[in-house]
Formats: sequence, structure tokens, C-alpha cells
Amino acid sequence: MTGAEIAFIIVGVAAVVGAFRVVTARNVVRAALYLVVTLSAVAGVYLLLAAEFVAWVQILIYVGAIVILFLFGLMLTKAPIGREALDNQRRGVAFLVAFAILGGLVYLIQGAFDWDAPRIDPIEGSVASVGTSLFSRFVLPFEVISLLLLAALIGAIVLSRKEDRP
Amino acid sequence: MIRLPLVLFLSAALFSTGVYGVLARRNAVLVLMSIELMLNAVNLNLVAFGQALHDITGQVFALFVITVAAAEVGIGLAIVILIYRNRETINVDEVNLLKW
Repeated sequence: MTGAEIAFIIVGVAAVVGAFRVVTARNVVRAALYLVVTLSAVAGVYLLLAAEFVAWVQILIYVGAIVILFLFGLMLTKAPIGREALDNQRRGVAFLVAFAILGGLVYLIQGAFDWDAPRIDPIEGSVASVGTSLFSRFVLPFEVISLLLLAALIGAIVLSRKEDRP
Repeated sequence: MIRLPLVLFLSAALFSTGVYGVLARRNAVLVLMSIELMLNAVNLNLVAFGQALHDITGQVFALFVITVAAAEVGIGLAIVILIYRNRETINVDEVNLLKW
């Protein structure tokens, strides 16, 4: 087991524990703050996989913007505290479904991928190659996605505006 | 240097946690947070496979997924706030306008 794998296991355990607390926390603000833990740990995994641009984008967009958006959403709506207010009655069924999905995925992964296969040998210098790829091969999806962001921006403004018209 | 199945196991754990959150939570904002967990699991797989196969496309698609997630959260929270303004609740099991 290499040093990178030990670091990966530590970060991965932090991610899973944070995710578990997100779905079980009884206080919505705490759930949002545990989401920060999970997202930062996933960014750490990206760094360990040598995908530094995706890691910093994850920190900037997810931790910096999306969690703040969630906190604003919680602030503008009533945020009750307590298990019965936040969870529905079908927790057992939900747990069974999630556990079945986890078991199926683990079974498929350990059947499909050889544990003794060579370890991931990451691409070096990914920022330059991400930029080159984004603006040459994927320039059309890039433009489409900027249009999508504009549409989402206008849509969010239209939806959340108070209607004063008669 | 990390083994590929380790990353896939972490991603599977994150995804199933997100599934549990979507199914078990009542509060619409918490449901959106669980969807973010699932999207993160997908991104993790994209980046891991991209690095394992020496292809930069995985990272580019992870960036696209992050962008779509940002748009989705913006629209989702706008809808949640609109529902709260009209119905005084954001519990997804009490919003049954389209149910007959």
C-alpha cells in the first residue's frame, strides 16, 4: 500500500462520514456544513488523482458558491429541527434500497476490475491539457453550457421575483 | 498511485448515501443536497477513469457536470423558495399539486 493510498483512505473516510452526516443530521444548517466536509474531501481525492484544475474548480464552485446558495435557501425557508420534521416515514425502505444499490455496485466493481491491475498513473500537467481540450475539441459543448447557465440565471430570477403586476 | 477499484468503491458509497438521502428526506433543500452527493460520485468516477485511461476527456466532462449542477441548484432553490412562498412548506410529501 503506497502513501498515496493511505492518504486516499483517510480522505475517503472523511468523505463518507461527512456524506452520512449530511443525510442523517437533524439540523439543516449542520447538514449543509457537513456537505462542505464531503465536497472538500472529494476535492482532496481529485488532488490525489493529479486532477488539480478539477479540484480547485470543485472548491471554488461547490464549496464557495453552491453551499452558500444552500445556506441562503435554508435562510429564506423555514428550517425545522428534528428527525420527524426532516425525514419521512419510509426511512427503512430507503435504507434497504440504498444498501441494495451499494451492494450491487460493490459486487459489480470487484467482479469487473482486477485488484492486481497496475495503479493509476495520472496525466501530468492537466491544467494545460484541460484548457486545450476544452477550447478545441469541446468548444461546442462549452458554448452550449454557457447558454444553459445564462438560461438558468434568467430562469432563477424570473421564478423568484415577487409579482407586483395586477 | 492509487488503485482504481478503491476510487470506485468510494464513489459507490457516496452514490448510495445520496440515494438514501433523496428517498428518506422530506425537506426539499436536503433532497437537493443529496442530489449533489450523487453528482459528486459521478464526477469522481469520470476523473478516476480519465486518469486511468490517460484521457483528458474525463476531467472536461467532470467540469461540465459541475456546471450543470450549479445551474440545477440555482433553479432548484428558486423553485423551492417559490413553493415556500405559496404553500408555507417545503416538505416534498406535502406538495401534491400535480397528484390526482
